[in-house]
Amino acid sequence: MRRLTQLSAVVCVAALALTGCGSDSDGGGNGSKDSASKDICKTAKGDGPKIGLAYDVGGRGDQSFNDSAYAGLEKAVKEFDASCVEGEATDGEAESAREDRLRQMADGGATAVIGVGFAYSDAINKVAPDYPDVNFGVVDGFDPDTEANKNVAYLGFAEEQGSFLVGVAAAEKSKSGTIGFVGGVHNDLIKKFEAGYTAGAKAAKPDVKVLVNYIQESDLKGFGDPAGGKAAAAGQYDKGADVVYHAAGGSGAGVFDAAVEADKLAIGVDSDQYLTATAEQKPHILTSMLKRVDTATYDFIKSVDDGKALTSYQVYDLKADGVGYSKSGGFVDDIASDIDGFKEKIISGEIKVPTKP
Amino acid sequence: MTRLRAVGLALLAPLIAVVVSVLVTTAVIAAAGSSPGDFWDAMFSNPLPRIRVNIVNQAAIIYISAVAAAIAFRMNLFNIGLEGQYTIASFAAASFAGAAYLSGFLNVAVAILIAALVGAAWSGIAGILKTTRGVSEVISTIMLNSIAITLVGYLLNRYGVHEGNTVHTTNLEKSSKLTGFTPYEARDGQIWALCLLAVLVGVGFWVLLSKTRFGFDLRASGQSETAALASGVNPKRMVVTAMLLSGGVAGLIWMPALFGAASSYGTSFQAGLGFTGLAVALLGRNRPIGMAFGAVLFAFLTAQSNTLTFSTDISPSIVQITQGIAVLAVVVAYEIVRRWRSRLEQRDVAKELAPVGPGTAGATA
Repeated sequence: MRRLTQLSAVVCVAALALTGCGSDSDGGGNGSKDSASKDICKTAKGDGPKIGLAYDVGGRGDQSFNDSAYAGLEKAVKEFDASCVEGEATDGEAESAREDRLRQMADGGATAVIGVGFAYSDAINKVAPDYPDVNFGVVDGFDPDTEANKNVAYLGFAEEQGSFLVGVAAAEKSKSGTIGFVGGVHNDLIKKFEAGYTAGAKAAKPDVKVLVNYIQESDLKGFGDPAGGKAAAAGQYDKGADVVYHAAGGSGAGVFDAAVEADKLAIGVDSDQYLTATAEQKPHILTSMLKRVDTATYDFIKSVDDGKALTSYQVYDLKADGVGYSKSGGFVDDIASDIDGFKEKIISGEIKVPTKP
Repeated sequence: MTRLRAVGLALLAPLIAVVVSVLVTTAVIAAAGSSPGDFWDAMFSNPLPRIRVNIVNQAAIIYISAVAAAIAFRMNLFNIGLEGQYTIASFAAASFAGAAYLSGFLNVAVAILIAALVGAAWSGIAGILKTTRGVSEVISTIMLNSIAITLVGYLLNRYGVHEGNTVHTTNLEKSSKLTGFTPYEARDGQIWALCLLAVLVGVGFWVLLSKTRFGFDLRASGQSETAALASGVNPKRMVVTAMLLSGGVAGLIWMPALFGAASSYGTSFQAGLGFTGLAVALLGRNRPIGMAFGAVLFAFLTAQSNTLTFSTDISPSIVQITQGIAVLAVVVAYEIVRRWRSRLEQRDVAKELAPVGPGTAGATA
C-alpha cells in the first residue's frame, strides 16, 4: 500500500512537472497565439476574397519575413473586406505536409493562396493544377518545371539592389575601413544579399574590406540561431569591422546584441528592424535593408480582388519599391543623398548589381 | 493467478502511459487557454484520404528510423547520429541515382545499397572511435551530425543544380522513379513503393534479434557487457557491428521518399527524421511491433496538425508536446511497472522462502 502511495506521488509530481514545462514552453509559442486571438484572420468575416497565407518555418512573430507578409495581409483584408486563414510550417516537416496545408486552404474556399518562402515552390507547382480557380502566389518562388502554371505568381525580389544601398551606407559610415556581412545559411538566396552588399560598399569606397561569415552551410537552423549570429558578428567586430549587415532572419537578434557589446553598428534586414529592436539596440541599428514582402503580398491579393490575378514572374526591385533601405533613427540622413544617387543609377540601369558574390 | 497477474502487469504499463499522456496533454491545452475537447476532436477526426496516404508514407520512414535507433539501443548504444547518417546517405544515393550511370530498377537498387553503405560508414566512424579511443558515441555522433550536414551543404552548393533560390541534386530519370500504390484519386497521392523497405527492415530486425546468434549476442551485450564477455562475446566487435548496422538502416530512411516523390536531394529533403526515430524507438520499447505502433501514432499526430491549425485556434506546437509526453509517459510507466513487478517477485520469493528461515531470505539480497 505504501508503494502505491509513493507511486501515485511520483505520477502526480511528474504530471505537475510536465504541465509546468508544457505551459511554460507554450507560453513562448503562445505569445503569438494571444495576439492571434486579436489578429485579423480571427475577426475578419468580410465577403471579399478569402485568402490563405502559409508561413515559412518560424511563422508569425519572427519580426522579419513572415511578419512582413502578415502586414501585407492585414492591410489587404481591411481594404478589400476579405477573410483569411493562416498556416505555419514546422521545422523538418514533410513535403507532403506543405502540399496538404495549401490544399486545405484551397478546399476551405480560399481564392488567393500565398506560400511565404521558396520552400513552397515545389508544393505550389504540384497543387496549383488541381485548383484552376484558385490563384497561388509564392514569395521568393520559382517554377521548378518547364510547364508554366496559369494560376501561379512568383513574387521575386531584387535583394541585391537593396543590399547594394545598405552596402553604400556601411562603407560610408565605417571609420575603420572594414565592414562585415553575416548570412544565416549559405544558400543562393542569401548570396544575393552578400553580392549586392559587397558591390555597394566597393562602389562607395573601392578600398573597403568586407568580412563575410555564414552561420550554417545548409542547415536552415542558421535563420533561428541568435547565439550563432552573435558569435559571427562578434568575431567580425574583433577583426576591426565597425558595421555588420546581417541577412540571417531570427539570428539577427544576436548580431544586434554583438553590436551593443562591441559598441559598433549593425544593419537590419527584411523589415525596418529599428522599429522592433530593444531600446538598448536602437542606437546601434544604422539602417535596414527593406524587402517589401508586405507590398508583394498586398499587390497579389489586390490583383485577385480586381479579377486580374498576377501570374508568372513578378519582380520587386528598386524601381517597383520592392526593396529599399530605412531611415528610422536618422543615422543615415547625412548620407541619404549619396545613397539615393546610387539608387537612381541602379534604377536607370547605369549600375548593374551582381547577384552572385 | 500468477499468469493472470503477469498479463495484468504487461497491460498495466501501456494503460498507465495512455492515461497519463491524455491527462497531461489535456492539462497543457487547458493551461494554454484552449479547449482540450476541440483538440481531441480535431486530432481524432477521420483523416482526409490524402492525409491517410501521408500517414502511411510517414509511418514507413519513421519506422525505418526507429529500427535504426533500436539496433543501437539494444546494444546499449545511443546513436544520436541517425540524423547525420541518413542526411549524408540520402545525398550520396540521390547524387548517384541522379547521375544515371545505370537505368531503371538497377539504378534504384544500387542507389539503395550506396545509401546503406554510406550510412554505415558514417556511423562506423563513431563505432571505431568508441572501441579504439573510448570516445562516447553520444558525443561523436552529435559532432558527426554537424559535419555531415555541413559537408552535404557544401557539396550541394558546389555541385548541385541551382534553380531559382534553391539547389538540388540532378533529378532522377523517369525510369528510376517508382510508381507507388494509389488507393484513392490521383490527386490524393501515392503510397510510395519503397514503403516496403519498412516492412523488410522490421521483419529483418525481428529475425535478427530473435532468431540469430548475433541477435542473442547483441541483447546479451546490451544487458550486461561483462556477462557477454564471460560467455565469449567480443564486446568491441559487437559495438562496431551494431553501429554499422544501425547506420546502414539509417541510410535507408529517406529512400522511399526519394524514389517515390522527391526525385532529388534538395529543399524537399525531410530533416529531423533521425530524432523522430529515437523517440519512436523509446516509445515502442525497441520492439518491432511496438515501434510500428509508435511510428503510426507519430505520423498520425503530425499529419493531423494542419487540420488542427485550420479547425481550431490551438497552436500546432501542441502536437510536438503531445508526442514528447507520450514518450515520457511510456518510459516512466514501464519503469514504474518494472519496479513494481520486481517488488512483487521479491515478495513472492520471500514468502516461499519464509518457512525455511529468515536467514536464507537475507542471503539472497
